[in-house]
Amino acid sequence: MSAEYKNGKVKCIIVGSGNIGTDLLIKILRYSKNLEPVMMVGIDPNSDGLARAKRLGIETTYEGIDGFLKRKDLVDAVDIIFEATSAKAHIQNAPIYKELGKIAIDLTPAALGPYVVPPVNLGEHLDKLNVNLITCGGQATIPMVYAVSRVVKVHYAEIVSSVASKSAGPGTRQNIDEFTQTTAKGLEVIGGARKGKAIIILNPAEPPIIMRNTVYTITDECDSEDIRESIYQMVDEVKKYVPGYNLKSEPIFDPLDKYPIRIPGYGEFKRGYKVTILLEIEGAGHYLPKYAGNLDIMTSAALRVGELFAEKILREKSVVQ
Amino acid sequence: MEGKKIIINDVTLRDGMHAMSHQYEIEDMVEIAKALDEAGVDIIEVSHGDGLAGNAINYGFSKYPETEYISAVAGVLKNAKLDVLLLPGIGTIEDLEVVIDLGVKVVRIATHCTEADIAIQHIEYSKGKGLDVVGFLMMAHMISPDELVKQAKIMESAGADCVYVVDSAGAMLPQDVADRIKAFKDNLNCQVGFHAHNNLSLGVANSLAAVQSGADRIDASLCGLGAGAGNAPLEVLIAVFNKAGIKTSCDLYKLMDAAEDIVRPMMKRKGVEVVIDRDSLSLGYAGVYSSFLLHAKRASQRFGVDTRDILFELGRRRMVGGQEDMIIDVAVELANGLKNELEVK
Repeated sequence: MSAEYKNGKVKCIIVGSGNIGTDLLIKILRYSKNLEPVMMVGIDPNSDGLARAKRLGIETTYEGIDGFLKRKDLVDAVDIIFEATSAKAHIQNAPIYKELGKIAIDLTPAALGPYVVPPVNLGEHLDKLNVNLITCGGQATIPMVYAVSRVVKVHYAEIVSSVASKSAGPGTRQNIDEFTQTTAKGLEVIGGARKGKAIIILNPAEPPIIMRNTVYTITDECDSEDIRESIYQMVDEVKKYVPGYNLKSEPIFDPLDKYPIRIPGYGEFKRGYKVTILLEIEGAGHYLPKYAGNLDIMTSAALRVGELFAEKILREKSVVQ
Repeated sequence: MEGKKIIINDVTLRDGMHAMSHQYEIEDMVEIAKALDEAGVDIIEVSHGDGLAGNAINYGFSKYPETEYISAVAGVLKNAKLDVLLLPGIGTIEDLEVVIDLGVKVVRIATHCTEADIAIQHIEYSKGKGLDVVGFLMMAHMISPDELVKQAKIMESAGADCVYVVDSAGAMLPQDVADRIKAFKDNLNCQVGFHAHNNLSLGVANSLAAVQSGADRIDASLCGLGAGAGNAPLEVLIAVFNKAGIKTSCDLYKLMDAAEDIVRPMMKRKGVEVVIDRDSLSLGYAGVYSSFLLHAKRASQRFGVDTRDILFELGRRRMVGGQEDMIIDVAVELANGLKNELEVK
């Protein structure tokens, strides 16, 4: 690897100049200890995100990934690529990144690499060249499902994410199926639920609604106090990198012996609890206003993962030297 | 326009699912579908109330898996086309794939009235399968006719054969319907449809206004079985259309019989009522998604607050279809508010 680490930072690029990519750029520039963004890649010369990047002194291209590949110097210097395009675009781009030996942190629901949700398995896949951050809804809700499943068996987890229409760009809109499918799988693989289901709602209300997530789990019998405690601990964990992550009310416990649930083709649940967790996620207001917590939860997760990869690269480099 | 036949799209087995809390028996569905088919109904919709893959804690689980209902109905239809509803964000193309093979001929893709672009994938896919594809713009009372036309055009250019004005909240007056249908007819080349809810007792009147303004397709259900105060009752609608000289393929007596002899006894057996009471009237008055009704009633019992207070708060927050989880949110908040008030006193 011929990359240089002059200022003690690892060079990265952001592919995708939409809401997510732009918010991530701002976060990296503001907070990152180990990452230096050197290019923002877009496909629309008039995109607001590219204009913003330019104003922030970051090189841009509107020729898509080819615009980056042309710049041999950058290709050599960069270690990490953040993909903030769409699932379809990432599926096309991923083999190119792999060929180049670059680490891809995928913020689309393409789900080619293993899933990462920071408070659950942040450090787990640092040996991989491609990791996936699931979806904003997944980043918001999987920690809660995990908080329940680490205490008691979760037979079923279901989440409803409501986001402001204004915060859902064309990528999200074209990816709506991938959103529900990838999130549902994340609830199982990382959240620890036996079966997962995800629903996303776009709400156009003005002023825009703050991102809301409702998490339902069907659990085995246990002490509800243990679940409650685990949930509160996890909220504090997530708050460390998304300060606007809040419970809207106490978790609600519906005893299944009183309110049994029958899922056709899956099973009937008459013992344990239906736990309802109501979350509100206020963003930091970096690129979009504070209602867009869906951006923050995703970009903050990406920053954490990127930071960790960069740390590892810097560590390995210093060992070599 | 004179003399054209109006296409009747029955929703007893889909919107009716809401009123039945999704607990339909397969035999009941089959019997109703047969009767509708024999009565000359053009299209019959079968899906979870919230569309394919609507089975969820948030919306309620149906008694049987969705594919069992759909296959059973597909097996008995002779003339009517089988149709399914899908809400992007809840169901996916994969869910469509599964049911298309079961004999589905019409696919309706529903979005909130301002979010048509999330349906593009699904419309294009269904069109590619050679199906009759309908765009379904819900809560259409919330935006102006001009804004609604813009959204309808997104669905039309994706390939929709018909776009619906959907009065999900049963909140429109006949003039609201006429304005929107006319705007569609003036600006779209595809067919135009209307879906009513009867919360303000205008289900049939609004459907009549829609046809008089040029609508090509109308939704209705036997006995009005549907969310909130139900849909336009199909048997009444056809009686009114007959009197108004509006042509359909439907046989009035057969529909009357199906309503009276099959659907009403089934509702009685299942303890299901579809009425305009203070709660369903509040839906229409406050402009709230009709499917919220039974969930709000349950939350009212669970948390000890007035159903109407929940519904009006949901309206004030401008909640859209699918946000049933916010019913709990509102109920909890209201209940906490009540508790605080009591403590202060």
